[in-house]
Amino acid sequence: MKLSREEVLHISRLARISITDTDIEKMTEQLSNILDNFEILREVDTTGVPPTAQSIALQNIMRDDVITPSMPVQNVLANAPRQEEDFFKVNAVLEDQP
Amino acid sequence: MDTFLTIHEVNKLLRTRQVSSVDLTKAYLKRISEVEPDIHALVSNTGEYALEQAQKADEVLAEGNAGPLTGIPALIKDNMCTQGIRTTCSSKMLENFVPTYNATVVEKLHAAGAVVIGKANMDEFAMGSSTENSALFITHNPWDLERVPGGSSGGSAAAVAAGETVYALGSDTGGSIRQPASFCSVVGLKPTYGRVSRYGLVAFASSLDQIGPLTRDVMDCALIMNTIAGHDLKDSTSVPQPVPDYTKSLIPELKGLHLGVPKEYFVEGMQTEVSSATQKAIGKLEELGAKIDWDVSLPHTRHALAVYYIIAPSEASANLARYDGVKYGFSYKETDNMWEAMEKTRQFGFGPEVKRRIMLGTYALSAGYYDAYYLKAQKVRTIIRREFDQAFEKYDALITPTSPTVPFKIGEKTDNPLQMYLSDVCTLPINIAGLPAISIPSGFANGLPIGLQIIGKPFSEETILRIAYAYEQATGWWKKKPVF
Repeated sequence: MKLSREEVLHISRLARISITDTDIEKMTEQLSNILDNFEILREVDTTGVPPTAQSIALQNIMRDDVITPSMPVQNVLANAPRQEEDFFKVNAVLEDQP
Repeated sequence: MDTFLTIHEVNKLLRTRQVSSVDLTKAYLKRISEVEPDIHALVSNTGEYALEQAQKADEVLAEGNAGPLTGIPALIKDNMCTQGIRTTCSSKMLENFVPTYNATVVEKLHAAGAVVIGKANMDEFAMGSSTENSALFITHNPWDLERVPGGSSGGSAAAVAAGETVYALGSDTGGSIRQPASFCSVVGLKPTYGRVSRYGLVAFASSLDQIGPLTRDVMDCALIMNTIAGHDLKDSTSVPQPVPDYTKSLIPELKGLHLGVPKEYFVEGMQTEVSSATQKAIGKLEELGAKIDWDVSLPHTRHALAVYYIIAPSEASANLARYDGVKYGFSYKETDNMWEAMEKTRQFGFGPEVKRRIMLGTYALSAGYYDAYYLKAQKVRTIIRREFDQAFEKYDALITPTSPTVPFKIGEKTDNPLQMYLSDVCTLPINIAGLPAISIPSGFANGLPIGLQIIGKPFSEETILRIAYAYEQATGWWKKKPVF
């Protein structure tokens, strides 16, 4: 499965990871090689086989809707790259075009 | 003081007051400072805090309230949150991240009086099979410093092997406890999925990850499992199954057990020394009373690699989306543009293997490819699980080698990601099916460790521990120590 440069750029945009021109070439080659190895799955007949998302039989594990103390604000902000008062400081969201 | 002691040996010394936890901890800190220049297993050691914990443990010991783990040094893989102690996942992304809470397993160890002595190096975000993907530094195998300790729990395994700690915790998504255990000649157990809480374990692949012990012997493994296993309300994937006393199942013979050897695990490219050591080990299990069936077939074993390398990266692409430079971790600040900041944070914060896997996962989940890759992989996953279930109707456990090779040289496989992935062919299927498995030392080839893997049906840790214990007691590989 040979990926194109455009496909790799598209994936990097979806994954929100910047990629340099030199890295695109290397990444395209490596990903293509790895994807080649997935072709082996085509030979498996999966008609009527349900997918397994997880290997245990648990479903819809809930807790009671009871209010308990939240994490203290100073803990929430303890590793904040930028903060102002009780807020995470971020770049402007609405002015940018994706 | 000899630092190549087991938990149960140390426990005896502490209870009889032959040594104090403080003196013991000092001895281990000294050993760490002596060998770290060669091994590089630890990202951080807790120094003064370790001695504080040891002091508290000594008080508990004096009161006569000590448990099996009280006052004993433990090393924690650096992807488990330790409150107030830097937790890096060996990544630039979390290089300065200090958690504000403990992972459940860490809380449990603290409650049991353990002395957390440090955090162990790993492949970045647990993605790798050699610990060479650590963004911080490489860990060296104590059995041959030019070789890898395996991965991703390479730091944990190497430290136990080198006598830097009494035991360690690791995590296993595709083999990351078992393969380094095999490479470093220690015992490593991956519990059944859901047996041990994942709360506070930095997530890689949520349907595959499990935390487990790395120890010098099987008894130690059982002792740690007694403490860390169990239901946790904070982990909705943890199973409310009662925890037995795993030490009670350690019987040194195997009469009445029926074991299967799946031939697909003796892969093409396996080293002859590994297959012969494995066959010899299985012969020993037969001597110990087990009935062996050498002709078992699990035909979809060969599809497990593809299934794993679609599912794990897909789940990782979702789990690692949180690293965006906003609430914690590395943050690229040379721009005011929100998207550029996020994209460059991830470009510089993540290493090449992590980026590769996120890209793979993003692709496999993207529109137009989801059915062909992710959905298909999940269906083959069902088939693989059913194959195991069928085998376990007949057999109490399955026996395979842990790794097709002995530890390889540092740098040998870093150019070819696919070659690196192949070192996990024997361990991956087990995570896909959510089964418990243990790796125990089964010999050496030219001084390099070989491991035996014992796979059980879900929640049969007692059975696989028993088989491991019987083999261990009959062979004594744990007595050998690395010299470097």
